[in-house]
This record gives sequence, structure tokens and C-alpha cells, in this order.
Amino acid sequence: MSISYIPGNGSSSDLSGTPGIMHHHVLSVLVENRAGVLARIAQLFSRRGYNIFSLAVAPTDESRFSRITIVVDVDSAPLEQITKQLHKLINVIKISELDPAESVECELLVATVNADISARGHVMELVALFDGKIIDVGVDKLTVLATGEPSKIDDFSELLSSFGIVELQRTGRVALAKLERQSNKLKNTTGRAG
Amino acid sequence: MKLTGAQALIKSLEMQGVDVMFGLPGGAILPVYDPILDSPIRHILVRHEQGAGHMAEGYAHATGRPGVAMVTSGPAATNIVTPLADAYMDSVPIVVITGQVATASIGTDAFQEADITGITMSVTKHNWLVTDANDIPNVVAEAFHVATTGRPGPVLIDFPKDIANAQMDWYWPGSVDLPGYKPNSRGHSKMIAAAVKMMFEASRPVFYVGGGVLNARASEVLAELVELTGIPVVTTLMARGAFPDDHPLCLGMPGMHGNYTAVTAMQQSDLLIALGSRFDDRVTGKLDGFAPHARVVHVDIDPAELGKLRRPDVPIVGDCRSVIEDIVRAIKADPDAYQHRADITDWVGTLKGWQEKYPLKYEQPSLSGVLKPQYVIEKLRDATPSDTIVVSGVGQHQMWASQYWKFNHPYTWINSGGLGTMGFAIPAAIGAKVGKPDRTVWAIDGDGCFQMTAQELVTASMEQIPIKVALLNNSYLGMVRQWQEMFYGERYSEVYLSPDLPDYVKWSEAMGCASFRVENAEEVGPTIEKANEINDRPVVVEFRTDSSEKVFPMVPAGVSNDNIILGPEGLI
Repeated sequence: MSISYIPGNGSSSDLSGTPGIMHHHVLSVLVENRAGVLARIAQLFSRRGYNIFSLAVAPTDESRFSRITIVVDVDSAPLEQITKQLHKLINVIKISELDPAESVECELLVATVNADISARGHVMELVALFDGKIIDVGVDKLTVLATGEPSKIDDFSELLSSFGIVELQRTGRVALAKLERQSNKLKNTTGRAG
Repeated sequence: MKLTGAQALIKSLEMQGVDVMFGLPGGAILPVYDPILDSPIRHILVRHEQGAGHMAEGYAHATGRPGVAMVTSGPAATNIVTPLADAYMDSVPIVVITGQVATASIGTDAFQEADITGITMSVTKHNWLVTDANDIPNVVAEAFHVATTGRPGPVLIDFPKDIANAQMDWYWPGSVDLPGYKPNSRGHSKMIAAAVKMMFEASRPVFYVGGGVLNARASEVLAELVELTGIPVVTTLMARGAFPDDHPLCLGMPGMHGNYTAVTAMQQSDLLIALGSRFDDRVTGKLDGFAPHARVVHVDIDPAELGKLRRPDVPIVGDCRSVIEDIVRAIKADPDAYQHRADITDWVGTLKGWQEKYPLKYEQPSLSGVLKPQYVIEKLRDATPSDTIVVSGVGQHQMWASQYWKFNHPYTWINSGGLGTMGFAIPAAIGAKVGKPDRTVWAIDGDGCFQMTAQELVTASMEQIPIKVALLNNSYLGMVRQWQEMFYGERYSEVYLSPDLPDYVKWSEAMGCASFRVENAEEVGPTIEKANEINDRPVVVEFRTDSSEKVFPMVPAGVSNDNIILGPEGLI
């Protein structure tokens, strides 16, 4: 078993890149897979004055639908309004706001870092610690890849920077709600007891 | 059956029950104009594409059926963006079809190409670019469904030329398949019970009635609810006529130019029951200071309106008619609670007192003196049938029309409320007259507005659509002039238009209308009578009115509705 890095308790809803100015919310939006849907969503955010922090789009298992994961900077009141406005888009099927504590999140990072002979070993060690991969090798540079929850990717990115980052690209988060760990029946019982 | 895309489009419109459309042909839409020759649909050829859009709106307002406009690509499509934005703000169901360059040319900056689906995304409820002729019946069915259900609104179908020329196998879809569009029309029963409870507890309640009541065809059931509860009613600019002005519990229009009683009743109420209204800034004034002691029941078909500006104590998502019916039913089901409801006699008495103390007022000096616009509107009101459809543009004349007319029937008042589109009146009046040919239609217009869309009077003459226009000519962009007088120290910047350039009488005659000029109060009545007798062509009556007359009451922008200015004498 390889030794790998597990991030600490830092809440994954605070991205370390933007220290606590705004609240981040993750919206998982199921949409019809049609031309122009992304434009409609992006345009709605722009028109109503909301910022998209990150955005990831891809088809789901059913080719008729795509899932858009939007990380948005808002307070909770306008979030309600933006969710309602999103619902008005004809192509939007379903919106779930994902609570970081109740969801699994994942992000992918690729970065090209300086790695001459003296640094190369250290970079490779760091990549191994983060369960990453080296996907391209140059004379004095390496391109590396890592996936995981956003706080882990933040940490990886920060540590890589000490070697000198030439280029870096992150995908933004994708997320799904956590699965139920107990049956509904049990849950209801505990609910009543509480 | 094989049809061309163009034939399929026209046949789809026929399947939707379209009897009239407004439009103007051009290159990209040419193929679609050929099958119109064989269709029972009446096509009205406009003189500017903006006119087609507003006519479709006027038609929809007057009839409750979706209005249809068709124009070509590029500049024609961009010319119809204003009516789309107007219809979006006022929730008017219209279907606009634009021609588009052939699919292979899209994105190449081809002649008369405009990305109209991109441009209109934020001013349509939805839009479609047709990319396969086989989709045409489905797209048309979806477009009409989206435009007319839930919160109504404009939709656009962009129709490339090669799709119009392609062949398809005709079919008509039994239903539409829109998995993301399921408007909810029934209110939640618990919320309805909570609303009734609040209505019974309140000692100073007001019904705040908006355009949603008209869209839901809910005037009758609203009247029943008002009779049952005795709660007074304000009708917003979009809802004039939804509840009769002559009813003793009708307080009239609230807002920036609302009357004292309507404005102050809302300010001092302890319960606002908002029915299809949206807390627009022109109604609330400074939002923080609006109706500070009121609890709010908010009924709207659009969930996004609930809590958008004012957080309701009882939010009810639903169609106004269905929800009001449920409220009436809930009240009748509990006679005991009804018996023990709070007494609002004092409140209604207070409002009566205000109505007597602070009526709308103006002074017509003498019959030969300078003509007051309000006098013209009162004379016109008294000389026309009570079911006359009144259509206005935007500005002072619009406010005076709303204030001084007596709207006693729903769907007799058509105006551009949310977007405030100057030039709306003439084309919208034409659309209304086409939809309701047996009714008298008077457009009340200003001189600034008239110059924006007057060319559609040519359309009206050619198509024999005998609308009547009362042109209140005060030689200024009057509302802007009023603000410059009141808030910019009488520094008049770019608001003077001249009383006689253009010569409105000659211009109207040149467009095929009967036309008259009225310069003093004496001539007002007789000239209106003459105009009312002409039914074979449009009539324009130019009234030369007092340039300095201002719209009062007024709550200046950005202040609380407590600071209402009743007249030129200033603050009370």
C-alpha cells in the first residue's frame, strides 16, 4: 500500500484561494443536453449579477441529459433567487444544492512545473504522496496530474508552487450527493427520537 | 404527406388556432411567405418590425390568445427585440418567428445574419433555433405551450432558410415533451389556510392586485372574494380594470403616480394580499420604507417572484384564479371563523375619508383657456362606451389615462408597464382592434410616442383597422420635462419637440386617417363625437395641451411612499 496524503479537517466549502470573503455554494444542475444550454445558464448568472467561481459540464449516463456543477459565490438569500431563476430555464430539469458535508466532491489538476535534475526527485515524491501521476516529461520540466477533493488539490497546488509552476489548469469541482447510509425507516425513527 | 418546412410552419400555426399574424417579409423568411397565400391565416403587413411585435402584444392583451409576429433575419429580428423585452416584462404571450440565414451559413457573418437566439435569451421565456425540418411541428407546439402556460411570456422561433425549403413528413404532436417545464397552478392547501387566517386577523388589510389576475382570467372570482371579505383593493398599472373602479372598495392605482388613498392604504396596512403583483419599484418606492407594518401574503404563478424583493409571510405558488377560488372555498367552509373575523369597518371608513379629502385634482381654467390633458381624458371617457379598449404609450399621458379613466371591465386597458416602451400605443391598439373588431379602441398617445411608431397608421388604413388616436400634444417629452422642472432646477435639456413640427393633422391625413385638431376645451366634446362616428378608417385627434401640466400625485424616485407630493403646491 502506498503512502498517500489525506487532507486535514479544513472545511472544503472554504477554498483556500479566496479566504472567506464570499460563501461558496455548490449547485448540481441536471439539464437537457441541447445546443445553447450552457449559454443560457451563463447568461442568466451574468444578467442577474452573480459570479460563477467554477463550472464543470459533462453528459450524464443518459445521453439526453448533462450535469453542470456550478460553484457560486453568494449569500444564502440570493442563492434562493438564483435557484428559482435557474428553474425557470426550460432546459433545466433539476437543481440540487450540495452541502459539502453531505456530498462527495472531486476535482482534477494538471500542472507543468520546473523540475531540473536536482528537483525532479522531490517533485516525483510529492506527486506520489498525492496519488498523482506524471503525464509528460521534458528536459527540465514535468507535467503532473492529481485528482481528489478540492482541499487536497489546493494543498497540492500550493506545494507544487515552491518548485515554480509554469502552467496550471484545474477543472473545477464535480460533485454528487452522498449516498444514504441507513434505511429510511431507521432514519425516521431516529428523527422522531431527536 | 410531404410538406416543405415553410408549409409545415404555416400548417403548424393553423393547428394552433392562429387566425391572424403580423409581419413583414424579407430574404431569409421568403419561403415562408409563399404558403401564406394559401392559408386562412390573415397576415397584416406592418411598416416596421417593432410594430409587428407590439401588434401581437395588443392582440394578446385584448383576446387572451397568443399574438403571432413573423419577420425576416438580421435587422428585422433585432427590430423586434424591443417588443420581446416589453412582452417579457409584462408577461404577454407572443410567438415571434424570425427568418435566419441557411444553417450552413450560420456563424459566417452572412448577409442579414444576426444571432437572434443569443440576443433574445434574456428577453424571452425560451427560444428555439430550428435545425431539422422534421422538428417544426414539435417546436411550434412547444413554443405555444411555453408562451401561454405558467407565467405567460414571449417566445421566439428562429427559422433558417434551408429548413424552410427542406422536405418533411407532416405530423402533429399529441403533446409536448418538456421534462424541465412543469408549471404549478394549484396553491398549497396549508398556505391557503394560513392566508385565510391572516385575512381574518388583519384590521387594515389591502388586496394588492397585479397583472397576474388578468392573465389568470380571475376578475370574477376576485370580485367574489372582495364581496365576501369587504377588503379594499388597489389595482396596479398592469391590473387596471381587473376590479371595477366604480366599486366602493376600489382604491385605484398605487405607486409613483398613484392616488393618495391607494398609496397610503398600502403604507399603513397590516396585511398586503399580493395577487399576481411583483413589488415593482414603481409601486413600492424605496423598498425599505414600503408598507413597514404589513404582513404579506404573496400569490404568484412564478415561484421566483416570491421573496425576490419582499419576503412574504405566506408564499403561495399558483395561478391566481385557482388560488382565489380555493381561498373563497376555504372561507365558506368555516362560517364560524368568518363570523369572528376582525372588524375592518374603521379601516374602510378611514380610507373613505382620505378619498374625500385627497381626490385626484386638476383645474381646467375656462373653456377657451389652455387645454388640460386630464380634461381631455375625462371628456373622452364620458363620450365612449364603457367597454372601450384604451391603449396608451409611455409617459405623462399614460399616467393621466390610468388615473382619470374609469376601468370597469377587465382587458380594457393595455399599456407598456414594465419596460416603459414609448411608441407602444399605436401598434398595440391596432393589434387589439384586430383581436376585438367589434369594440371601440382608443389609443391615448403623447407627441413623443406618436413620432416613434406613427407609420403603423398606414398599416391601419391599408388593412382597414379603424382605431382612434387621442394625441395629447404638449410639444415636449413631457415626463422628462417634469423631472427636469422638479429635480433639475428647471434646466430643460433636449425635451422640446415643437407643437406644429410635424403638422400632425396633415401627417395623419397623408397616412389615410381622418384627423382633427383641438385647441381649447370647448371643441373637445364635439370633436370626440365626430371621431366616434368615423368607423371606415383610423382617426387621429390632436389635442394641443398645456406644456407645463405635471402628473400628480408623485412619489419621487428612491424615497419612501410616505413622502407623497399631492400637487404643485408641494409636500404635505
